[in-house]
Amino acid sequence: MNTETPSHLQKVLEAGYFAVTAECGPPRGGDPDAIRKKAALLKGSVDAVNVTDNQTAIVRMSSIAACHHLMQLGLEPVMQMVTRDRNRIALQSDILGAYSLGIKTILCLSGDHQHFGSQPDAMNVFDIDSINLVRTVWNMRETGQDMSGFNLKTPPRMFIGAAANPFADPFEYRVIRLAKKIDAGADFIQTQCVYNLDRFAQWMAGARNEGLTDKVHILAGITPLKSEGMAKYMAERVAGMDIPDSVIKRMAGVPKKNAAREGIAICLETIAALREITGVRGIHIMAIEWEETVAEIVAAAGLLPRPAADQAEGVL
Amino acid sequence: MIVGEQKSIAEIKEIIAPYKKLLILGCGTCVKTCFAGGEDEVATLASALRLALKKEGKEIAVEEFTVERQCEDAFIQEAAPHIAQNAAVLSLACGAGVQAIARRFVKVPVLPGVNTTFIGVLEKQGLFTEECSGCGDCKLAPFGGICPVTRCSKKLLNGPCGGSRNGKCEVSPDIDCAWQLIIERLKILGQLDHLRDYMPPKNWKTSHAGGPRKLVREDHII
Repeated sequence: MNTETPSHLQKVLEAGYFAVTAECGPPRGGDPDAIRKKAALLKGSVDAVNVTDNQTAIVRMSSIAACHHLMQLGLEPVMQMVTRDRNRIALQSDILGAYSLGIKTILCLSGDHQHFGSQPDAMNVFDIDSINLVRTVWNMRETGQDMSGFNLKTPPRMFIGAAANPFADPFEYRVIRLAKKIDAGADFIQTQCVYNLDRFAQWMAGARNEGLTDKVHILAGITPLKSEGMAKYMAERVAGMDIPDSVIKRMAGVPKKNAAREGIAICLETIAALREITGVRGIHIMAIEWEETVAEIVAAAGLLPRPAADQAEGVL
Repeated sequence: MIVGEQKSIAEIKEIIAPYKKLLILGCGTCVKTCFAGGEDEVATLASALRLALKKEGKEIAVEEFTVERQCEDAFIQEAAPHIAQNAAVLSLACGAGVQAIARRFVKVPVLPGVNTTFIGVLEKQGLFTEECSGCGDCKLAPFGGICPVTRCSKKLLNGPCGGSRNGKCEVSPDIDCAWQLIIERLKILGQLDHLRDYMPPKNWKTSHAGGPRKLVREDHII
């Protein structure tokens, strides 16, 4: 379906496995052990680990450095890159630098507005947008050229991801935006957390009708809820999140000590439902500061063992 | 028009503190329309300052004068005799006006009394909204006449981000999502196809990113 890259995630997806990735937020500090601890919790349970790039506009260890630490432990990283903080010169430079370190998979994002973060006085960049960034990485891979048309000595060959939010407004535009990201060069799509299965299914139907699910691997986003408070906070305060009242009520309906259990149960039901939707090729688990639950979810969902590198290779 | 907002009395008091004779110089064009620096605002500010400083036991002579436009030499000249009599000028023009006065009268300190905020429109009485960033390369045509460079908080040219909700921007429920407006307008115009067009990276060379800009009109040079 796509140009072959050295990405393990690409091999897993194109070999037809239902892929599992997880998110890992770098620490607000320079200690690599924070990453190593999270890595140990995820190893063996996922095909790749998605490393955020100063998410919610809060300063953290750089995505590139955190990806490097993960690789040293034998995990495949997906490097997130946002256009909020860097202009096109810095973005391209970091793509080359990341590739030189062995990073083979990228997720291109615009990024949360700095208004959300700890330093709202900062200037943002947004020199280019996420779709331009997808096209830039694709151009480097397919033509070997940077944005100036210069022929790069060793062009990066990265597997390219982009995000999609089926729940944001205006809904009628969401499938068109997905198509634009695919046309720009996205190989895989990671969606916003799915709690509203009806709306997600409706969006997937739209994508199938346009033939998009044949062109791109869609990984559905999953975030286990820990408590009623977390559900309410996400529903009200997190941009682009859609948590139906029924889910909040369900979290509220169990004793506090059982809330996390209930959150995982909802998660497992959602994964089962997602596997029935044609065109969903995997899940992306964003267990925010709760990485220890990922292995349990993946095991309980019957998604173990994960294919080894040579296994995925063999099917291609 | 250029929209501005008068600085707080506290800040103005601080910047005029070293001077005993002050000219408050208004501008009768943009800042008059947005009630920040026209003749009326000059009078109100002068009274407020006299009163506030008298209360504090400080002596200051405040003169008032307003020209038609502080950004044009022909009008600035009218202020010359008034400026000559004062120790400093508090200009209530936009930043361009303040600098034009400073350039013309190099020996007099020229102080800003207004924060220049944006190029915008009077949307309704008492509400001004930012509409243009002056990027030097207008691309309003495919966006239904609504500027994503200015009105989308992330300057996105290829569609809305994932943060818009109920037609509002993720930055604030007081901000309309520019892309919601673009899509609604394209729908009315029957031009929704534009949404599928790939917009290449913007050329920022024509904007301030390319350095301070000049416009030379050979046909107007005498």
